Amino acid sequence: MHINDFSFLIGGEAGAGIARSGFLLAKACMRGGLHVFGTNDYQSLIRGGHNFYVVRVSDREVHSQTDYVNLLIALNAETVMLHKGDIAPAGGIIYDQEDQTLSLEKLGRTDLKLCPVPMRKIVIEKLKEPHSLIMRNTVALGAAIAVTDYEFALFEAVLRDTFKPEVAESNIRAARIGYDYAKEKFEGDFEYRLKKTSAAGKRRIFLSGNEAIGLGTLRAGCKFYVSYPMTPTTGLLHFMTANERDFHIIAMQPEGEIAAINMIAGGAFAGARAMTATSGGGFCLMSEGLGMVGMTETPVVIMVGQRPGPSTGLPTHSAQGDLRFVIHAAQGEFPRVVIAPGDVEECFYETMRAFNWADKYQLPVIILTDKYLVESEVSAEPFDTNRVKVDRGLIMSDHYEGQGEYHRYEVTETGVSPRALPSTKGAVVHANSDEHTEDGLTSEAPDVTTMMMDKRLRKLHWLRKEMEERGVGTTKFYGPEEALATIVSWGSTKGPIREAMDLLGSEGKAVSFLQVVYLQPFPKTRVEEVLNRARKTIVVESNSTSQLSSLIRDYLLRGVDHKILKYDGRPFNPTALSERIKEAL
Amino acid sequence: MVGLKDLNTPTRVTWCPGCGNFGILSAFKGALVELGLEREQVVVVSGIGCHGKISDYVNVNTFHGIHGRVLPLATGIKLANPDLVVFGFSGDADCYDEGWDHFCHAVRRNIGMTLIVHNNMILGLTTGQTTATSQTGFRTKSTPFGSVVPPLNPIAHALVSNGSFVARGFAGDPKHLQGLIVQAAKHRGYNYIDVFQPCVTFNYLNTFEWFRQRVYKLEDTGHNVSDRQKALEKSFEWGDHIPIGVFYKDDRPTFRDNLPQVKEVPLTKLPIEDVDISRVIESMK
Repeated sequence: MHINDFSFLIGGEAGAGIARSGFLLAKACMRGGLHVFGTNDYQSLIRGGHNFYVVRVSDREVHSQTDYVNLLIALNAETVMLHKGDIAPAGGIIYDQEDQTLSLEKLGRTDLKLCPVPMRKIVIEKLKEPHSLIMRNTVALGAAIAVTDYEFALFEAVLRDTFKPEVAESNIRAARIGYDYAKEKFEGDFEYRLKKTSAAGKRRIFLSGNEAIGLGTLRAGCKFYVSYPMTPTTGLLHFMTANERDFHIIAMQPEGEIAAINMIAGGAFAGARAMTATSGGGFCLMSEGLGMVGMTETPVVIMVGQRPGPSTGLPTHSAQGDLRFVIHAAQGEFPRVVIAPGDVEECFYETMRAFNWADKYQLPVIILTDKYLVESEVSAEPFDTNRVKVDRGLIMSDHYEGQGEYHRYEVTETGVSPRALPSTKGAVVHANSDEHTEDGLTSEAPDVTTMMMDKRLRKLHWLRKEMEERGVGTTKFYGPEEALATIVSWGSTKGPIREAMDLLGSEGKAVSFLQVVYLQPFPKTRVEEVLNRARKTIVVESNSTSQLSSLIRDYLLRGVDHKILKYDGRPFNPTALSERIKEAL
Repeated sequence: MVGLKDLNTPTRVTWCPGCGNFGILSAFKGALVELGLEREQVVVVSGIGCHGKISDYVNVNTFHGIHGRVLPLATGIKLANPDLVVFGFSGDADCYDEGWDHFCHAVRRNIGMTLIVHNNMILGLTTGQTTATSQTGFRTKSTPFGSVVPPLNPIAHALVSNGSFVARGFAGDPKHLQGLIVQAAKHRGYNYIDVFQPCVTFNYLNTFEWFRQRVYKLEDTGHNVSDRQKALEKSFEWGDHIPIGVFYKDDRPTFRDNLPQVKEVPLTKLPIEDVDISRVIESMK
């Protein structure tokens, strides 16, 4: 019997509440002290189509989904057809016999446990709610709790905390009927079980990358959030608007991404911490505005959630194809910071740092994520909200006390000019997208042009220096120093890579992993140091041209030994990834 | 309070001699003095085009942005700090071509700011091409055989999109324009002034003289500024008689008035050092 190492897959039509069901189940497992990872797969449509949500549960920390499913919860026939090949040996299927007739012979799998539950019939006849057929899900979830021998009370409490009282009550009834039905019919012989652990209780949090970034944004004191809806960052917009009243901030949807970047530029110029989020297409529209904040040295934070392109591509799937794009977007040359968090913890802490870098160095900071990172949900220890302190850099109090007129772009050693905000007594602030003299007035003089370009780019040197001196985790290293190979990667691939490392480790094949968190300024010293020590280097990325390898070539004038690339819109699965790594060893 | 001289900058003005922009600049400076504002309180946001150079010529806070984006930039500034008095300056190409979508939404949104559009019905800085307000048949370098589309009517657009202050001025009458700017700045909503601003170098048709012969003041005709229907009717007047002055005005709530959470304190004055997020974290357990 296998205890507490488990994957559910809930599948059905879009509009059937698949993601919500996954969330409820995952949270019930988390409250039993288990670690959970949930990820969804859906299409760009509202009804029909195939959606599924995978919940991985374990009593050890989990970083990604798995390649297999232990219990398939099928809310339609299509789910069984599409995923029967993913079911682990001795796994099970919960399904509605009204949708399909299944037999082990027909499936060609004598090892499986079939659990037909008359979900539709239960909703209509027992619950007498023929208009709420969506509650079939809850019946099925109740049955899943029974089949895995888990505690019903934990699931009941999650339902109670999630829904309004009357909705909660009818869902609890539905779940209870499903649970009792399955207990009676399928008790006792399922290979995979879940058990509450000693870590049970309301200790961990369950959240998505979007929500982790949202928490970081609120904690960093962002007061002005402007974003046009675009998958996969819409979740962050919803998080910010839901919280705007409690936090006395403005979170709003403008007429488009061009408006969004210009609005936050205005808000930041006035002195509020300001942010927007979008995906590749919206970021294309923001490019000119990005250059403007670069030229005017206005501190803004932009979260870019990648999805596969080119163009509309696969709008609801995941990719890492925009790394070079965000590094180079907009005409001309100006400093920027690009940070790629790889898990929810980094989403939170790096968002807080992003606002500090933006303010201290007066430049745009891009938080580069993807659909897999920001829409997957995971259990985590509550964040240490004091680890990163708010640092606004050189901002004057409400009085200018300098000599003569205030100069917004005063040339300094670090390139950073003391900032007065409009309304500072005694200071008039000129921000200018044209090249300008120190006072901010337009100039096309060649010496001024060179001087101001140098001033702005000089900030990168000091920024890199501060990152090194303060030991900011611009890269992270995992695994043994002595390894067969070193994997180099960035962003959301971190989860599957760490899982793959564990799999390889259990076969006696030790590999290490260098995660590049800061892509700009590129931490070349640290990356070089690790690559020089590595026996073999393997870059892993979700794009087709290996953009990280090209950065390594740019900065270190060297290649890597192997590239493992995936660009089908889906995340890496750990077992499949470990196989590809083995081939490269 | 600011005096006219305090508003000068060291930058040499590079508009063509006789340009309509001079009338707008002097009317604006006069209005700032008349309004009794401090330099630090005022923000000028300008776009790209001849008009955009105004941010180099007025010594108040300025943000010289990119083409077409005056309104979102100004919106962000005003929403973050409503204590600032924000003036947007845009051109006909900047506002009615490149930035047209922002115009429609800014009117609807009713942000407390004033937009002044230097409307010379041509692109000047790029040496003479057609714009959204160029007249049908107008010959330019980009329409050498004459523009084949009718011009856009921005006043009518502002009126049908619920504009709360809609006016038109003429750079050839800076005193009247100054009065409009003062009225606009005292009004709480989104205050829009389209200004006929003849381009003496590239617009051979809509000259100072052409406008002088045609414009008349709405206030001289007993026009009722709270009658939107009548204002709309007036906005279609074109040809021998063209109205200037305030078309319409009302006191509907501003965008910010409808956000109860930020009524009291500017966003820029809120403490950010120790924002308590524990309740949100708790809700995720």
